[in-house]
Amino acid sequence: MSATTTAPKPGSTALPAFRPSMKVPLSLGILALVALVFFGFLGPDQTAEMKISDAGDAVAVPALMIPGQVGGVVFGILLLAMAAYSIYLWTQGERSPKWLPIAFAVVFVFALLVWIVAGARQPSISLAGLVAGSVTLAVPLVFGSLSGVLCERVGVVNIAIEGQLLGGAFTAALVATMTGSPYIGLIAAAAAGAAVSMVLAVFSIKYLVNQIIVGVVLNVLVSGITGFLYGTLMVPNKEQFNTPGRLDILPIPLLSDIPIIGPILFEQSIAGYLMYIAVAVVWFGLFKTRWGLRVRAVGEHPQAADTLGINVNATRFWNVTLGGAIAGIGGAVFTLVTIDTFTKDISGGRGFIALAALIFGRWNPIGAFLASLLFGFAYNLQSIIGIIGTPVPSQFMAMLPYLVTIFAVAGLVGKSRPPAASGIPYVKG
Amino acid sequence: MGVVKLELKGISKAFGTFYANQDIDLVVESGQIHCLLGENGAGKSTLMNVLYGLYEPTAGQILVDDQLVTFRGPGDAMAAGIGMVHQHFMLVPVFTVAENVALGAEPTTFGGVLSIEETRKKIREISDKYGFDVDPDALVEDLPVGVQQRVEIIKALVREAKVLILDEPTAVLTPQETDELLDIMRQLKAGGTSIVFISHKLREVKAVSDVITVIRRGKVVGDAPPTASATELASMMVGRPVSLSLNKAPAQRKETTFVVENLTVRAANGTNVVDGISFDIAQGEILAVAGVQGNGQTELTEAILGIQDHVTGSVTLDGKQLLGLPVKDVLRSGVGFVPEDRTVDGLVGPFSVAENLVLDLYDQAPFASGISMKPAKVAEHAKAKIEEFDIRTPSAGSAAGTLSGGNQQKVVMARELSRPLRLFIASQPTRGVDVGSIEFLHKRIVAERDVGTPVMIVSTELDEVIELADRIAVLYKGKLVGIVPAGTPRDTLGLMMAGVGPEGGSDD
Repeated sequence: MSATTTAPKPGSTALPAFRPSMKVPLSLGILALVALVFFGFLGPDQTAEMKISDAGDAVAVPALMIPGQVGGVVFGILLLAMAAYSIYLWTQGERSPKWLPIAFAVVFVFALLVWIVAGARQPSISLAGLVAGSVTLAVPLVFGSLSGVLCERVGVVNIAIEGQLLGGAFTAALVATMTGSPYIGLIAAAAAGAAVSMVLAVFSIKYLVNQIIVGVVLNVLVSGITGFLYGTLMVPNKEQFNTPGRLDILPIPLLSDIPIIGPILFEQSIAGYLMYIAVAVVWFGLFKTRWGLRVRAVGEHPQAADTLGINVNATRFWNVTLGGAIAGIGGAVFTLVTIDTFTKDISGGRGFIALAALIFGRWNPIGAFLASLLFGFAYNLQSIIGIIGTPVPSQFMAMLPYLVTIFAVAGLVGKSRPPAASGIPYVKG
Repeated sequence: MGVVKLELKGISKAFGTFYANQDIDLVVESGQIHCLLGENGAGKSTLMNVLYGLYEPTAGQILVDDQLVTFRGPGDAMAAGIGMVHQHFMLVPVFTVAENVALGAEPTTFGGVLSIEETRKKIREISDKYGFDVDPDALVEDLPVGVQQRVEIIKALVREAKVLILDEPTAVLTPQETDELLDIMRQLKAGGTSIVFISHKLREVKAVSDVITVIRRGKVVGDAPPTASATELASMMVGRPVSLSLNKAPAQRKETTFVVENLTVRAANGTNVVDGISFDIAQGEILAVAGVQGNGQTELTEAILGIQDHVTGSVTLDGKQLLGLPVKDVLRSGVGFVPEDRTVDGLVGPFSVAENLVLDLYDQAPFASGISMKPAKVAEHAKAKIEEFDIRTPSAGSAAGTLSGGNQQKVVMARELSRPLRLFIASQPTRGVDVGSIEFLHKRIVAERDVGTPVMIVSTELDEVIELADRIAVLYKGKLVGIVPAGTPRDTLGLMMAGVGPEGGSDD
């Protein structure tokens, strides 16, 4: 081997210069083109009316009027510009900044909305209603994903959120009807969720059964039990067992009149207010208190926690139980807020969406909350589109929340890191 | 603050029918550095886990200042003034230093709200007192191992530990860091802290201990003063006379047949874990690659074997390019390879010893003909190798995973050395192997050299490197700091392992 030659040596392979992944620039580019062509050039020619305040509101804000085709082209060009910026950064070997995909997503969703509304039989929607409805639909998801956060942060994977929601929904309906008080129903729902969670805790922590399997079995079990009781108890005796009544909406005077955010923040039932409180309390608890430090240590490095005198399995047990109680309250929302009866499998897979929300939210209560809002928005959009009537088949629209989930979790989460000990049972020694 | 005297009386700890500790008596006087010396698996760590409340003893008593105590958990042990730095650090990687130190004994204000500032202050105080130079707000996962160890020591000191247990603290350190640690231990001792120092490295033990207690197979063999000779201590550890020096003949260098040029391995994150390394090995010589764990040794050997992706450069053996060849072809070219972790890459645990001995030859004559294996030949081969390498196994049919570490390593070595070789590479050839077996394995490696095979040894144990090497190559952060002849002073090698070139210039 001559050392002077500069020609590539046999066996050596050329290595490309290090570049960040082109996943983001590429997908932004494709989506921008889709938006320009479908929303713009092939877009509807009606004008979409986006109402900001409702007729009865104290403060009236004029509605946004956006012509379908022109709006689509403008949005499309805006999106293309963002995609181009991202591609430019990629050629320079730089990663796109974090705000870029988020801004892109917001504009894209708005363009999608304009396209749908302008193409509808009745080209008008209320933005305020859309947002408020999204929050309402997100409430069970938020409770569910908070339950997941509490469990995974402590090292237990909670696949049983669905079962906890369903158990809570059923118990809330039953107890509220029998006692005549939705508030007692709400408390009973928390107890039911906690009970489901305790089964998960005992089997996965004490008996070291695979957490995923216990969770899946619990979902099936709760679905079976509530389905059976619904059929044998509630259907024949609806008056006695399945007319829970609703939790009162408690508007806060004045504040609830603020356009858009008023109804979201200040015109909720007690469950809605509890949601905001729970998000804040769980976040503060996890990151600012002794309890939270210990919880996170147990989820990240249980052995380290053990050597410092922290009881790993007890911490896990109580956290999982608490998570179940929170999910139970989320379940009560189905039967005490959204509608006022229980039907078989009323949670309809929302527990799994909540699981996705917690991953999308990166195991952070606030992240999980925002992710839940996104999924709530997808659910709400689906139903609103059904009402205003669009050329898009309703079956396709029914897929929307799940499509959003898949793209959100697969594409945008990236390399987020779950708690290191999540899903791993702790055995001393 | 009173100093603490610690006494263990008749401690036994059984796992099932196996006694890891049997009837152990130990007295740690206050203000002393008391060394527990013993081989891997002798039961030192088990004993300390009992003392720290992690295991409940099967029998026996623990006395602190002549008071009988029972520890239901580490919390009780800490309350009694006992702190422990584990061999594998008990730090949460995603927490800051302050959070790790606070954990379990958190200063809080009303309602359990953390007041981490208090912990920061304490860390700075201790850090200044002992010259630790630790930033309370750094994330632990970003810190070098030596600093992480100091965080562990701070953790114990914040809890006002009067007895500090250090479990194999030098295993992960460079020689310089080790010296610093020994200094810290002396400082702590001067400050009134007793230290239980667990180690199997004779040099360190002799340097710092006041009393040495030797443990073998779960029992106390006896005490020795630090003035005892290394050979005496080693013999106590093993239970029979051991010769610590290899007395190998000087290398008879012949033709240079193995050449590595500008070898670079790129990791997934874009950094070069092996960075432009060039060296060669002649027939009949041993090149030992030294360096602290995680400086590219694993990737270097795996790149040569062909199990790393993103490799550039050139690796030639007998003039033939090895890079880009499938692993099987590399092995067929006459490369014998002992991987660094026998349980992961070296053996198939549930397979029998006989099967493990032919893992690389099972599809060739004489062990196979066509698609059928020849069990009789395999058994015959196994019998010969078990005898030749003195592998202690109940039978050739026993599962390899049930053997002791030393005997597992002998199985791997026996397999790799039982073909005619053109190159022999061994990573950590004696990790976790008892002193007696080390002697044997080292002799085998030298014997392979003496038949004229180029030999490459990768070891993080400087003693082993010095023992075996004809030339020493030192790796630091994937780069070759230099290649120096055998007989280079320890201090120079230690500096090279920290990235300082042999001429004194920094290579960083």
